[in-house]
Parts: sequence; structure tokens; C-alpha cells
Amino acid sequence: TMFATQVYGDNGKMKEYHYTGPVEHRFSPYSFNGGTVLAVAGEDFAIVASDTRLSEGYSIHSRDSPKCYKLTDTTVIGCSGFHGDCLTLTKIIDARLKMYKHSNNKCMTSGAIAAMLSTILYGRRFFPYYVYNIIGGLDEEGKGAVYSFDPVGSYQRDTYKAGGSASAMLQPLLDNQIGFKNMEGVQHLPLNQEKAVQLVKDVFISAAERDVYTGDALRICIVTKDGIKEETVPLRKD
Amino acid sequence: MALSNVVETPASGFNFENVSRNVALEGLLEGGHTKAPKPMKTGTTIAGVVCKDGVVLGADTRATSGEVVADKMCAKIHYISPNMYCCGAGTAADTEKTTDLLSSNLTIFSMNSGRNPRVVMAVNILQDMLFRYRGQIGASLILGGVDCTGNHLYTVGPYGSIDKVPYLAMGSGDLAALGILEDRFKPNMELEEAKELVRDAIHSGIMSDLGSGNNIDICVITKQGVDYIRPYQESEYKDKRQRRYKYRPGTTSILTEKIVPLELEVVQETVQRMDTA
Repeated sequence: TMFATQVYGDNGKMKEYHYTGPVEHRFSPYSFNGGTVLAVAGEDFAIVASDTRLSEGYSIHSRDSPKCYKLTDTTVIGCSGFHGDCLTLTKIIDARLKMYKHSNNKCMTSGAIAAMLSTILYGRRFFPYYVYNIIGGLDEEGKGAVYSFDPVGSYQRDTYKAGGSASAMLQPLLDNQIGFKNMEGVQHLPLNQEKAVQLVKDVFISAAERDVYTGDALRICIVTKDGIKEETVPLRKD
Repeated sequence: MALSNVVETPASGFNFENVSRNVALEGLLEGGHTKAPKPMKTGTTIAGVVCKDGVVLGADTRATSGEVVADKMCAKIHYISPNMYCCGAGTAADTEKTTDLLSSNLTIFSMNSGRNPRVVMAVNILQDMLFRYRGQIGASLILGGVDCTGNHLYTVGPYGSIDKVPYLAMGSGDLAALGILEDRFKPNMELEEAKELVRDAIHSGIMSDLGSGNNIDICVITKQGVDYIRPYQESEYKDKRQRRYKYRPGTTSILTEKIVPLELEVVQETVQRMDTA
């Protein structure tokens, strides 16, 4: 358009402004590339799911950029936020995993990876990695485990967690369907793998309806003692 | 007999009545830790094409409020007069009200003069109003219509600029749509070809732009009349879910219940017969 210049605001979203005088332009090291991640822990399985859209402002960079990364045979991490930091962070985690394996002669457990990630993130407390992380995997007893993080390393173990751009839409739905919150007289059935996968698919369909940054396709990683299975489901592309 | 003025002549000069109020409001809101409500923008793709028999306008149907889709089936092609329709991009409230105001004014004019309004008249009224508000009204409009002088397509920007063109796209998806229009537009196209071209242009905006999406509306204006096709094409993405999410009655817990009987006293009773003939 000829009359309004569009400028990227601090978090990567476009801003239109009227020229009212000299404006100081600052270089922002961050950019917001969108994406939603979700992890659910079951009795003997864990699911980490993410959409595959990479966007910036109102444009799409890629329709096939999944945000789940396999760390070990029993752990998957989902990272959303600034894609540059996501890539660097996963590289650093991979390197640290190798170092641990070579010094201690065993693979890192999910809990250990979570604790390590917390210190890695806090190490950059004053120039943070702009990444929302969720780790999903099996703990030492073989039970499902989910660890959710904030950008500077605060973490806790959860049963289920949504992160990224549509997290505020998904989390209440999960609270209701998995946590049985705000419901009375409903049987608290334990979540089995099939129901959990169906729920994750439905929840992402809803997120794609109302969040512009979520869509294109859904990548689901199911972690069980037999390994990691991947499934891809198409979502809205508009 | 007093002739009502179609467009009331405003006071001369710029109207800065609300500037001090706006500044005060902003200060109040910042201090009070509340944010000013974000106006809903349409984040749109709209396009228009002049063809041999008339004008074809197209629009997507998604309205966004920041990054959230506020309306999945919003109508962006607004009625102006029986021979003119207007697509609007920008702030949703502004496009609605501006086109409503224009439509009302033109209806009064038609009644006064006994003529169908011409497209240039609508464009001039729009331009005058938007310029007067110095861009504070965020409405980017595509106005298309058929009148006694021919088929016309105009664009009016939020600051009051106008452009008369044979094909056009506006909104956040304008560059995507313009790519298709630049490639395949020819002067004096047939109606069906023009409809397909506009549909493809809007579709390209829907796929490439995050602010546009869902269905496509088309409006065809010819000398014979108007064909408002809503939706021209429904989105191919259906939200079909695997499980059903229904709650039994009683799932929401009732914490307390208080019943207050209203004591009504009949003070006066009158019976009035209605004329139902």
C-alpha cells in the first residue's frame, strides 16, 4: 500500500504507523516465528505434538517446519518462539547429550535433560533464548513425563502442557478434558494412548481455526518403551 | 419546502476536537494498568476487476483481532446503492460505518433528485470524509459500480487518496492477490473469466497471507443487476473432530441457589381492544 508504511514491531508483528516526526529505529535481535507445541503424559507413553507452520508477521516462511526434535530414544522436545534460538538451543542440547554419554557411559534420562535445560536457559538470563520449551518422554520407571519451561529456565513436571502462540486457547481445553476440571459427576477415566492422540488432533484443529500462526500440518511424536513413532496430520492451510 | 443537504458542509479547517481527549485517555489507561481496547482489523484480501459487462468484486471472510480470528464468516462487501458495492479493508468498524454513512447519503440523494447515483459521486463523498479525518479512520475501500457512464472501479485510501483503475487489490493480502491479477488480467474480459480471476486472486491471498482466510465472497455488478454470491466458494478445510465433546446436564456444579419471589400487587387493570381487522 502506498500510504502507510508497515514496520515490524518488537515481537515481530506488523505495525502500521502514521509518520508524525523523526522515529528512532531500533534493531531487535528477536523475531516471533509462531507455532504451537503440546505434550501429554500417559501411564506408559508420552505424546509431543506441534504444528509445522513457520511464519513471520503476516507471511509464511514454511509449511513444513516441525517443532518437535528427538533428543534420545525416550525423550522428545518441542520448541516454539524465535526459530533462530530454537535451532541453536537444540544444537546445544544435542552436544551436551553427547558429552554426558561419553563421560558417564549412559544416556541422559528425561528428568536429567530437564534439569540441564533449566541451567542452560538460566545461563542466558540477561539475553534469553526466546523459546518456549516442553519436554515429553518416559521417566526411569517407564511412566510418561512432561516438563514445561519458560524462556529463562523455570520448569516443573506436568501431566499435560500447551506452549506457543495458541497455548492460551489449548490449555483450558486440556484442563477440562484431561484434568477433568470444572466438571462434576464425570468418571475420571485414565487416559489411554488412542484417546490421547484423538484429543491432541481435535485440539489442534480448534487451534488452527482461531489462531493465525497455527496451521498447515500437525506432527505427533508418540514415545513408548518400544521407541518413538511419528504421525503427520494435515491442518488448515489458510 | 426545504431541500435537505445531501452532505452537510462541515466547518472549515481540520477538526481537532478529540485530540486532547485522546491524549488524556491514553495517559489514564497507561497509568491504570489497563490497555486501550484493540480495534478489530480485517487483515484482509479484497480485489476488484472491470470486465466487459460490469464489475466483479471479491473478498475473503476472515476478521482478525491481533493474532486471533475474531470472525470466520464476516461480510466485507458492503451495499452502497443498487448499482454500487464496496469492499472494505482495515479497521472493521470504520469500514462498516463509513460505507453505511455513504449508503444513507446516496439514498437521500436518489430520493431528492430522482436519479441513480453515479460512482464518481460516491467516490468524492468518501474521499472528502476520509481526508477530513486525516487518516484517523482506518478504512481502505474498493468501490465498484455500474452507472449510465459505464463500469467503474475506484480505490479510496484511509488518508483520502483515490485511484481509478481497471483491476485492484487491497488489504494485508494485496500483494499476493495482485500477483495473480497482474499475470492474467486482460481488458474487456468475459464475466465468467473475470469471476474466476477474482476468485483465484482472493484464493492466493488466503493461502499466502495469515490475515486472510476461510471463504470467498464474490459480487458481480452489471447493468442488469447485482449478483451477490456469499459464499462463492466455501473453504475446503472442514473442522471435523474425532471425538464428540458434549456434556451431560448437571456437569457444571451449582454451588448455591437463591430463589427470590417477586411480590406483585395488582394496582390497576385496564383492557384495550386491538383493531385486528
